[in-house]
Amino acid sequence: MATTLPPPKPEVFRDPEKSGNGSTGNGGWRNLVPAEGSLRGVEEYSPPPSSSAIWVGIAAICMSFAAFTSALIVRQGSSNDWRHITLPPILFLSTAVLLASSASLEVARRRVAAYMGGLGRSVESARLWLLLTFGLGLLFVAGQYMAWLQLRSQGLYLATNPNSSFFYVFTAIHALHVLGGLAGLGRVIRKLGQGTLRRSTLNATSYYWHFMGVLWVYLFVLLWMRI
Amino acid sequence: MHEVSAAPAAHHGPPTTFIRKHVFSTDHKVIGIQYYHLALVAVVVGMVLSWLMRIHLGWTNAAIPGLQTLSPNGAPGGVMTPEYYLQLMTMHATIMVFFVLTTAPFAAFGNYFLPIQTGAEDMPFPHFNMMSFWVTLTAFLVLITAFFVSDGPPLAGWTSYAPLSAIGKAAGPGQGAGQVIWATALGIFCVGQLLGALNFISTVLDMRCKGMTLSRLPVSAWAWFITSCMGLTAFAVLMPACILLILDHVAGTSFFIPSGLVINDQLIPHSGGSTLLWQHLFWFFGHPEVYIAIVPGMGIVTHVLITNMRRPMVSMKAILYSMWALAFLSYMVYGHHMFVSGMNPFSSLAFSFPTLMITIPSTVVVLIWIGSLYGSKLRINTASLFALGFISMFVSGGVSGFFLAQPSIDIMLHATYFVVGHFHMVMGVAAMFGIFSGTYFWFPKMYGRMMNETLGKIHFWLTFVGTYCIFMPFHYLGWAGNVRRYAAFTDDYLKPLIPLHQFITVAALFTGAVQLIFIYNFIHSRVAGPQAPANPWEGTSLEWIMPSPPPWNNFGGKDPVVYHDAEQYGVKTASGADYIMQNSPEQALGGAEGD
Repeated sequence: MATTLPPPKPEVFRDPEKSGNGSTGNGGWRNLVPAEGSLRGVEEYSPPPSSSAIWVGIAAICMSFAAFTSALIVRQGSSNDWRHITLPPILFLSTAVLLASSASLEVARRRVAAYMGGLGRSVESARLWLLLTFGLGLLFVAGQYMAWLQLRSQGLYLATNPNSSFFYVFTAIHALHVLGGLAGLGRVIRKLGQGTLRRSTLNATSYYWHFMGVLWVYLFVLLWMRI
Repeated sequence: MHEVSAAPAAHHGPPTTFIRKHVFSTDHKVIGIQYYHLALVAVVVGMVLSWLMRIHLGWTNAAIPGLQTLSPNGAPGGVMTPEYYLQLMTMHATIMVFFVLTTAPFAAFGNYFLPIQTGAEDMPFPHFNMMSFWVTLTAFLVLITAFFVSDGPPLAGWTSYAPLSAIGKAAGPGQGAGQVIWATALGIFCVGQLLGALNFISTVLDMRCKGMTLSRLPVSAWAWFITSCMGLTAFAVLMPACILLILDHVAGTSFFIPSGLVINDQLIPHSGGSTLLWQHLFWFFGHPEVYIAIVPGMGIVTHVLITNMRRPMVSMKAILYSMWALAFLSYMVYGHHMFVSGMNPFSSLAFSFPTLMITIPSTVVVLIWIGSLYGSKLRINTASLFALGFISMFVSGGVSGFFLAQPSIDIMLHATYFVVGHFHMVMGVAAMFGIFSGTYFWFPKMYGRMMNETLGKIHFWLTFVGTYCIFMPFHYLGWAGNVRRYAAFTDDYLKPLIPLHQFITVAALFTGAVQLIFIYNFIHSRVAGPQAPANPWEGTSLEWIMPSPPPWNNFGGKDPVVYHDAEQYGVKTASGADYIMQNSPEQALGGAEGD
């Protein structure tokens, strides 16, 4: 089914430059003006979105995984029960899938941007790319589950040794964050279908999703080197 | 007053039902009040627990009426067992640190006033904000359920040092289900605080109104912003620690449990874990947590003082930089909690140096307060009295920090009442005085009515004297070698100190009873206090430009424009007032403004 948004409505923005004070403390205002063109996807006025929040969230996740990483390093050095385990080969495939999903999301983001900037006539292709991203994300989570099954078949459970403990913890916590990203992607797809998607929402979701990819590559290399 | 008319920029419409207005509200003001009420409930619970502990320490063999009902196993015949003493201590500290000292000055006042002081209609993610409170409340309720499991709450202390916190029932009553509940509650609490920090930071960065540059933010808003940055990084570390601790309990992992551990003649079937790992993770959160509790108080007290001094601080920038320095250094000093943990002695030196360094920004702030107060005509009201009390407690408690920062002295004083006195004064009581100062100052705005000043001043003086009577003797006890976390001192060299413990207990009961004056004043004023004007203290920040209490959309759909910082006191104006509000375009006569 083709999705065609209603024709753009003229947007009236409050212009801070005309409000009589030349000071610069207007962090909230800058988000009212889209980077390119009008917000064709926005049907009704809504308050200025926060552009910082996604980076704040990413910072918090970085801190959590820094804590997990330091725990791994300290735990490895604290005793001699550290045993090498072979990482499930499917992880290479999952990594490729997650990176591919980042690429497809970027394509979708650019198409939505082009549409919002008046350069595209339909967002249908963007929606398909978003659906592809969503599918690849699901595939990644399924791949992680397969990896756990492969470890289990080798007799490596959560408490078998510290290596397996950290493997399960790292992959599970990361997968939970990916599921959060999938929820965000689902929301983006739904809002795009309804014609109420904001660029800031799409951008924030994209940044988060790309971060999930970067984080996974980091974790994968860490697990590969340490476990 | 000068405002720019604009179409209402509503985050959310006006609440139409009782549930949406008072329960599941997305209004930051309602959420702030909900946090405040949660803190009130929590502080009563925490204080009652401390009373029970103090009575036991003063009169060890005395039966406490009703205690057996609360815990038949923990207090047979009403006499507390040593294990139950530790369980109450753990719950007292956990409730006070997380659900009072973090919740009230940061989450409660910050939620209510940060968006207003930045000129925003609400926080950028009101639903996250609502979720933040309800998640925090859930954490509190989960923690309280520890009283109702068979072995009761955990006894490992609020620091829950491994391996005792990780091995389960073998470590004692409460160390099984109770400890898992504790870790789960804190994990949930972290989620709530992370959601809150996300909103706080985004509000300051993205939601400031026209003209509200960062340098024009009121100092209290700065304090909440700095605190939220600390909270974001600190709670993001505590949560992984809690997850790993829970896994050690329920999944058989060995993150924190070493090999060959024998507890109560029982070999613990774990291997290779690091007990120090927990301490590193916990204190990386734990020391910033101290500043999460105190920095909002610093902001509140500074805000209250400049309003009542009717003149700016000697250097507000120095205060702001000092608060940032405290936040930064708080991550560098955490190892001073571990001087006797067995880590490399050179590490102690490495942590001792920044610990001594952190006294510099603390001292700078105190000197600026005192220097600013010198020669000022301070308006003496309950809020300013509690602000002065905050400074007094912060200095008195902080001085002992110099001793504890040095490993050679700390080795002797570690785990004594000297440490207990130190952190209670500098972190607990000082923060409580900040909360009281904020309450008496902002109550008119929050509830639309004035509190009774006479009762407030009586409350202050009795609390001030009472808390000194409780916590100053702790320092003496510590010097005398009185170890902490002991349930009784009846049969050893500490016996001569029991009369002092009894004095402290009486002082604690007295000071606790004094809080009934506050509770009466709070409730009575809420119902029958005189109507509060919009700006009862003649303040300059944006919360005072709106009615008391503010409407649901703060500025009535009009975005304020800010022309000054919030320190425009002691100025000459055409109207004769000695202050200029932030949203007034009026300029001071005969001098440039100080922003």
